[in-house]
Amino acid sequence: MNARSFTLGRAIRLFILSFGALIFLAPYIFMISTAGKAQSDIFSSSLSLIPQHLSYVANFTKALTRVSMTTLLWNGVVVCALIFVIQVAIAIPCAYAMAKLKFRAARAMMVLVMLGLLVPIHATALPIYVAFDRAALLNSYFALVAPFTISVFGIFLFLQFFRAMPDDLIHAARLDGMSETGIIARVIVPNAWPAITAFAIFSVVAHWNDLYWPLIVVSNQSYATPPLGLLYFRAAEAGDDYGALMAATLIITFPLVAAFLLAQKRFVEGITMTGLKG
Amino acid sequence: MAEAIAAPLPLGSASARSAAEKHEARTGWLLSLPALVLLFVFILLPVAAVILMSFTDYELGYAGFRWVGFDNYADLFTSRTFRRSLWNTTVYTAIVAPVSIFMALGLAMLIESEGIGRSFFRTAFFLPVASLLVAMATVWQYLFHPTIGPVNALLRLADIEGPNWLGASSYVLYGLSIIGIWQSVGFNLVLFLAGLTAIPRELYQAAHVDGARSAFDRFRLVTWPMLGPTTLFVTTISIINAVKVFETVKTLTEGGPNKASEVLLFTIYQEGFVYLRVGYASAMTVVFLIILVILMFLQYRIQDRQVHYT
Repeated sequence: MNARSFTLGRAIRLFILSFGALIFLAPYIFMISTAGKAQSDIFSSSLSLIPQHLSYVANFTKALTRVSMTTLLWNGVVVCALIFVIQVAIAIPCAYAMAKLKFRAARAMMVLVMLGLLVPIHATALPIYVAFDRAALLNSYFALVAPFTISVFGIFLFLQFFRAMPDDLIHAARLDGMSETGIIARVIVPNAWPAITAFAIFSVVAHWNDLYWPLIVVSNQSYATPPLGLLYFRAAEAGDDYGALMAATLIITFPLVAAFLLAQKRFVEGITMTGLKG
Repeated sequence: MAEAIAAPLPLGSASARSAAEKHEARTGWLLSLPALVLLFVFILLPVAAVILMSFTDYELGYAGFRWVGFDNYADLFTSRTFRRSLWNTTVYTAIVAPVSIFMALGLAMLIESEGIGRSFFRTAFFLPVASLLVAMATVWQYLFHPTIGPVNALLRLADIEGPNWLGASSYVLYGLSIIGIWQSVGFNLVLFLAGLTAIPRELYQAAHVDGARSAFDRFRLVTWPMLGPTTLFVTTISIINAVKVFETVKTLTEGGPNKASEVLLFTIYQEGFVYLRVGYASAMTVVFLIILVILMFLQYRIQDRQVHYT
């Protein structure tokens, strides 16, 4: 078990881990390699990783011109940012009230939150779609964002976090004459950054990757989010021009993967915190 | 505005309460009101609507609807597509959930006991979780391509003629399962790693003193029981996520070939949002919700029983 000694057991362990990592990373390796291959290379030599005729420029140009990648990425950013900001603005006051203020409905609200945790968008999508269709709200940022403005999970997470905060902090602020909204803005939020970052990661990963809801409410390229845009691109390419397809997947996967690689520690902390639910 | 909002406050023991308490209660209401309204509009009301609509023959684009009682449910369970869809979802879950749980547990223990490369391995296995699934599914489609795909090219080196992973009805669920496992191992792994680091070292020493010499004994006596709550949570979330498989199916197979990869959410999507048979799709959604409720209920039951470990 000594970290310095190199036993047979350790060699096997390292081999399994490295082999596993190689398999898990293989799709990325092939994505990067194929994005630079000409159509002829793709058909003749699928196992060689270095493209014979470098076609990165050609493939990326195709990917960037067929579907407006900038619009897609911009839509993704706008939708995720709106969802996150509204979720937090709605969930934090509610969680604070439930955790630190005495009022009768708090217990009943806890039941609602627990019930809400059970219900994914897939279960509420039909009636919301029918309502949005009637109100002519489809194909808009509003349609993409509105159903996610309430995050029961966010309330739950912040509630756990706020309960662990010392009451003295809040009493002291009240004695100083701060209003409850002042306490939230100047005492609670500055102390809740770990929970807010964790929730930000959870929320952005979930909504950046979501295909189900955008597929339902958007039928128009100008509001397409990245996953939906990639579906359009696949349809336009008839799914056979793998070089261009891989270039497009590379562009669309890159932002979140880069964010993850830059802020790995936070990501992992965030996932454990949100994953283990307190 | 404030008065109107405070109105539903129960006034029963108001006289006994001081003004400060009343003020606190009113603030509580005010602060949670936006959340309550949205919760009502986007969760409670839609769930109630889905249940009601499942008893109608409502179709989008037609003016009226009729109450049809349990007809939709009767249709569901005689529909070959729906039965196929339930069965495929079950098979997919039965493959993806256990494999991704045990693979993640094994890898987490290997990483935990290994000194070098810890963060590299964690990153490598976690990367798929942070990647856009629709995009990576496209990459897998290329990897799995029957003639030009690297997977079958590798198999050919070993003189094996690989199947058409996503195009043959007898293989498509396995192909999708491999993608599902690849995508979910990292998430479970990170949770298990957190669970493992939380186990106090002294327990292993104590077990050693008590005669637990082999690695397997240490696992059986310390690691497995101490990981109980993590394992339970990982299991529930893995099953729920597998039941919710949609992205890969929609992107790669559209339920085909011959409905061999028709899964629950895809069938709901198809009936409700493509054919616009809202009543019928609502009945399916209710079945889907019932499955989720049962899973969560099972989790709570087991959690209650093993609570003394934590």
